[in-house]
Amino acid sequence: MPHDHPSHSHEGMSPSGHPYREDNDVALTYWQRMEIAVRELLIEKRLVSSEEIARQIDAMDARSPANGAAVVARAWTDTDFKERLLHDASAASREMGFDIGPLHLIAVENTDTTHNLIVCTLCSCYPRNLLGLPPDWYKTRAYRSRAVIEPRAVLREFGLELPDDVQVRVHDSTADMRYIVLPARPAGTEGMSEEQLAALVTRDSMIGTGLPRRP
Amino acid sequence: MAERVRVRSMMPPGHVRAPVYLRGKTGEIERELGRFANPEQLAYGLEAEKQPLYRVRFTMAEIWGEAAERPTDTIDAEIYGHWLERL
Repeated sequence: MPHDHPSHSHEGMSPSGHPYREDNDVALTYWQRMEIAVRELLIEKRLVSSEEIARQIDAMDARSPANGAAVVARAWTDTDFKERLLHDASAASREMGFDIGPLHLIAVENTDTTHNLIVCTLCSCYPRNLLGLPPDWYKTRAYRSRAVIEPRAVLREFGLELPDDVQVRVHDSTADMRYIVLPARPAGTEGMSEEQLAALVTRDSMIGTGLPRRP
Repeated sequence: MAERVRVRSMMPPGHVRAPVYLRGKTGEIERELGRFANPEQLAYGLEAEKQPLYRVRFTMAEIWGEAAERPTDTIDAEIYGHWLERL
């Protein structure tokens, strides 16, 4: 027996004692059918090939918060770069070799007195080129509405209690810009290499729902 | 001194990127972002005119009034020029 719970029965459970996950075969939504139809038409008309689509999906899946973390770590160690990042985050990211496409990126800096939080109340705008795909919660109505109504309560649920003298700045990505938070460099990291520092930078710290790890 | 603006409180139908919770609210221009195609036309495949885009900073007190979680916290949002009235 993997583990015993006297309070409930394990009938119909998997060998590990947990419920089987439901099959992921629900009916397609209208928009999923539409996407398949348009994709098949584009391929049939030879406007794109299925290989190109597969390659693009791979490229999107390959992006991860490690890209953003590298940018943050560079800004922590190179003050000239940090200045360029805060002035024009698209150009500074390209300078590091990240293909951010036509994206207009703005970096906002956390300080002793300011904490920044990113949301897209209208949909799910997110700096995918630097952070990869957004977490599921980022797209929920709960996060999107509560981040602008009660950001401090939201941050508390993420485990982040901000001191009273810190101002919260919420950034609603309503149009053409995308945002990345430049978190404050944690104390006790003097002498760490750029690579070691990058390992401290979490995805949530670049959305503003968390802080970097401490060494 | 930062320029004060008010988001127009119109309710046109269709694809609009000025959030309803900011309509009629007053803020300060945080920075100008340049000119971008108007999404209200772009969304329908129409020829889209370029509109100036601004980042406008609002206080929580201005947006939520008495219900504000912390009146001095702020929200910055991007608003197209044709949605703004200068004060």
